[in-house]
Amino acid sequence: MFLNDSDLQTIWLTIRLASIVTIILLIVGTPIAWWLARTGSRLKWPISAVVALPLVLPPSVLGFYLLLAMGPYGPVGHLTRVLGIGALPFTFWGLVLASVFYSLPFMVQTLQNAFEAIGDRPLEVAATLRASPLDTFFTVVLPMAMHGYLTASILTFAHTVGEFGVVLMIGGNIPGATRVASVQIYDYVEAMEYAHAHRMSAVMLIFSFLVLLALYIWRPNARNVIRGE
Amino acid sequence: MHVVKITVTLALLLVSCATASSLAAEAHVAVAANFSGPMERITPLFEKASGHKLIIAYGTVGKFYAQIKNGAPFELLVSADDATPIRLEKDGLAISESRFTYAFGKLVLWSARPGVVDDKGEVLKRGNFKRLAIANPKMAVYGAAAMEVIKKLGAAEQLQARFVFGENISQAYQFVATGNAEIGFVALSQIYKDGVYAAGSHWLIPATLYPQIKQDVVLLTRGKDNPAAKAFLAFLKGPEARKVIRAYGYEL
Repeated sequence: MFLNDSDLQTIWLTIRLASIVTIILLIVGTPIAWWLARTGSRLKWPISAVVALPLVLPPSVLGFYLLLAMGPYGPVGHLTRVLGIGALPFTFWGLVLASVFYSLPFMVQTLQNAFEAIGDRPLEVAATLRASPLDTFFTVVLPMAMHGYLTASILTFAHTVGEFGVVLMIGGNIPGATRVASVQIYDYVEAMEYAHAHRMSAVMLIFSFLVLLALYIWRPNARNVIRGE
Repeated sequence: MHVVKITVTLALLLVSCATASSLAAEAHVAVAANFSGPMERITPLFEKASGHKLIIAYGTVGKFYAQIKNGAPFELLVSADDATPIRLEKDGLAISESRFTYAFGKLVLWSARPGVVDDKGEVLKRGNFKRLAIANPKMAVYGAAAMEVIKKLGAAEQLQARFVFGENISQAYQFVATGNAEIGFVALSQIYKDGVYAAGSHWLIPATLYPQIKQDVVLLTRGKDNPAAKAFLAFLKGPEARKVIRAYGYEL
């Protein structure tokens, strides 16, 4: 067998993590991106900066703060305990929360670009036809921003798959819960099990290449998105 | 008169500076994470006494082995075991005559909260905790020792689902210190200093429950002509360093 059971488990876990994070960010990211695309408020700039923070912050900073915040003495940890969820570090859902922060800019910035590209005109036309804002969003904006949604989803998914530093800091390397593909490869390399490391790395390399290839074929100007422009 | 005196003094000063700088060297030292506390204290003592400079990296010995095998630029390995230095000697990457035991390590079960860990380790059997932090047993000597303890107590199966693995003993400590793991196996040196234990509760694990942690230091082949590395080996044997090592609870 090319990959062993433990490899397959980590790959499945990674796919599950990336899928859930993408779905959550589609729901959470849409209103944020819409607001950023349409607002005239001065708050737009600080909020944009906060959204972009994970792009520039070292994962160790994010991991460190998340560990403190989600721990029993932190505000998030306190909240999850009161809600009866328990502590989040070292759990799958802790990784989900961390990844939502980590991949936020990829979803929000891409959607924001798509929304801005639509412009005012279609919305004004919809309004003169007495479409409600919600109606306009689903019948005008959503179809027009479909490419943007697809690009944002692919980028978010792929970026979450590629996550490493944050997972290393708050994951605890638990098989089936927090040991994702990137961490598994790291362990193999550090243990000098290069044959295993090679197989997993090849899978990741081919996957990443195919994702980007699909993206460029689908949308030749997607490279602007990846640069965050 | 005065002018002559000052000139002579200045000249002497210049000469002494020049000789000091020509003799001063740098050594890259790989240090097992459990030894970071004493190392931070010993390094300035050594640098002051010798004029040499140490550039230190902390980590697990398993990783250092892989790195050194792949050409990492270390001149000294301050290991957490004797097996890794011996392996490096066999690989021709370390000099066996230089190797000696600088400390015997001790393992503790620790909680950052008082009253959680009892002095018999019953907490492991009672199991009234959710997470147990351990250093990666594949890579870290203290992690492997912790797994031995758990096996000897016959608690491996029961505890399996509660393990969280730190990359090295420092991360295991950090998981417990931040309260994210209620208890964890750490090195005594991480929670003991100058006769005082860190806050919380602990169980000093009896030596019968795990193989002796014999910590060796070895000069790597790369450092065979490095005066700083050689001077540090001598310094580590000396009374000043030994006093610090004992202060962190190691046996000598």
